[in-house]
Amino acid sequence: MRFFNTTLLALWLVACGSAQAQLQIEITQGIDNPTPIAVVPFAWTGTGAAPEDVARIVDADLVRSGQFAPVERRDMLSFPSRGSDIYFRDWRAINSDYVLVGRVEPAPSSRVRINWQLFDSSREQEIEAGTVEGSVLEIRMLAHRVADAVYETLTGIPGAFATRLLYVSVTRNPTGKDFYRLTLADADGARPIVLLESREPIMAPSWSPAGDEVAYVSFETSRPAIYRQNLRTGAREQLTNFTGLNNSPVWSPDGKQMAMVLSKDGSPDIYLMDLSTKRLRRLTRHYAIDTEPTWMPDGKSLLFTSDRGGRPQIYRYDLASGAISRVTFEGPFNARARVAQDGRNVALVHQRDGRFHIAVFDLVTERLTVLTSTDLDESPTIAPNGSIVLYATKRGDDSILGAVSVDGGISFSLPARSGSVQEPAWSPYIQ
Amino acid sequence: MKVLPVAGKFASIALASLLLAACSSTETQQQEAEAAQAAAAEAAAAEAAAAEQAAAQEAQARAEAAAAAKQEKMEKAAAAAGRVFYFAFDSSALTDQARVAIDAHIAAMMGNDHRIRLEGHTDERGTREYNLALGERRANAVRDYMVANGVPGYRIETISYGEENPIAYGSGEANWAQNRRVELKHAN
Repeated sequence: MRFFNTTLLALWLVACGSAQAQLQIEITQGIDNPTPIAVVPFAWTGTGAAPEDVARIVDADLVRSGQFAPVERRDMLSFPSRGSDIYFRDWRAINSDYVLVGRVEPAPSSRVRINWQLFDSSREQEIEAGTVEGSVLEIRMLAHRVADAVYETLTGIPGAFATRLLYVSVTRNPTGKDFYRLTLADADGARPIVLLESREPIMAPSWSPAGDEVAYVSFETSRPAIYRQNLRTGAREQLTNFTGLNNSPVWSPDGKQMAMVLSKDGSPDIYLMDLSTKRLRRLTRHYAIDTEPTWMPDGKSLLFTSDRGGRPQIYRYDLASGAISRVTFEGPFNARARVAQDGRNVALVHQRDGRFHIAVFDLVTERLTVLTSTDLDESPTIAPNGSIVLYATKRGDDSILGAVSVDGGISFSLPARSGSVQEPAWSPYIQ
Repeated sequence: MKVLPVAGKFASIALASLLLAACSSTETQQQEAEAAQAAAAEAAAAEAAAAEQAAAQEAQARAEAAAAAKQEKMEKAAAAAGRVFYFAFDSSALTDQARVAIDAHIAAMMGNDHRIRLEGHTDERGTREYNLALGERRANAVRDYMVANGVPGYRIETISYGEENPIAYGSGEANWAQNRRVELKHAN
């Protein structure tokens, strides 16, 4: 009975979640020959209705990656939930290279367990199987974890579906002040939660390396200030309130320091704050604009944007020596870098023929590859597995999120149902 | 100009009292005369001071009226010049047009004690955080020009909104040009 009630609650949450869902996903470009995979509806072994259509979530994740083609349910001849029930001939007949089956079963303390098995339909063999378990309230995340495992099994790259997004949604008000909402959602745009709502700008959201805290800039006092907010407890702390800019807070990979931009000493420079003592260390000292710091994954240096050479370009600051070196030279404008976990691919905003695109700069080969053909693209953020760059772009007068694979082969967009969505920040892997 | 005759009158009374003192036959007479003289002198001095004060007040009122009229004219000129100053793309250099408008505000501010807030903005091109810095540079450019022309720095607060809070929501140069701006607002 208790479980039944929990199931009802979960259903209610899911229903509300989808009613609020602000982002929809539109796949605009996939690879030429995506691999067909049949994600068979998972069996629910509990009482009442299943708390969630897990297979639908897994299927949507795999299709969104651009590397897999869905097999429609109406084309499936049967709905096996165990390997022993699969007639491989049926799946080969509808050209499914792979078949994923699974069962969702209730576990004690309002939890659910998902068992899944992945089969190669031509070799008629199980390739991989697994179990995930967690709170029924987190069943969507469990489904994303199944997708992560399947994706890694078939591509060799860890999936990044069981992750989250931070973004700023803006509702415009031409006769008064706009509405800003700092929003947290699953990586597929589902279950949006508003963390902060304000009539004054909210900017530059970023994640702590453990994914349990966020930092951002809020103008709520009529001046910009940097805040950090714990996602579990909701506790919020104001970190800075200096005269001038207080911007671009980014956690160091060890979580102990935060790089930020302050202009309290004249022009915008990069500073480091020790988060335990709140002591500041000034890194750059130049009359030009130094901004948009981002950490190299090893924590030994930072990249930042500076117009000290006349136009905005990416520079690197070495923490041990204090040496500053210029990184980008191609084109009149390269800014707002974000480094992939491999420490090699740098997503940035690049200007070409007067238009602003997302590009990837390879720190090893020093080659710059433009990934997008739209204009006014900005705020790139890289999935923790390094495969996808999410960014903001314009559609009509609104800002929407776009996504493109690092190799440029796959793209999709996540338009909001209403209003603008800007400054996405992809979470790290969440423990 | 009324001061001189008063001083002259006072001087003649003083002279008369000296003459009378010289002619007195007895000490008592002399003392009485001196007392009378002193009273007369005091009355005259008070009259003179009152006249002087009235004159000064009148002068001050007239000067104040003139200054107020002048200030009002300045404020009107500043209002007419507008409170929004526009910039070229990726530039914080003041245009000639912006300078003329800011000059009008400087003239008005020299005659009042208003505190102002300069809000820097950019168009949507480029990156948000760089634009925040660019908006600050624009606000600072206006502030520095005002300070260089005599407005005390403590009366000016600057803030940047970057590309947030655009005036024109659409894309294209016509909209962008409206958004590359510094807005002057009264802080009190």
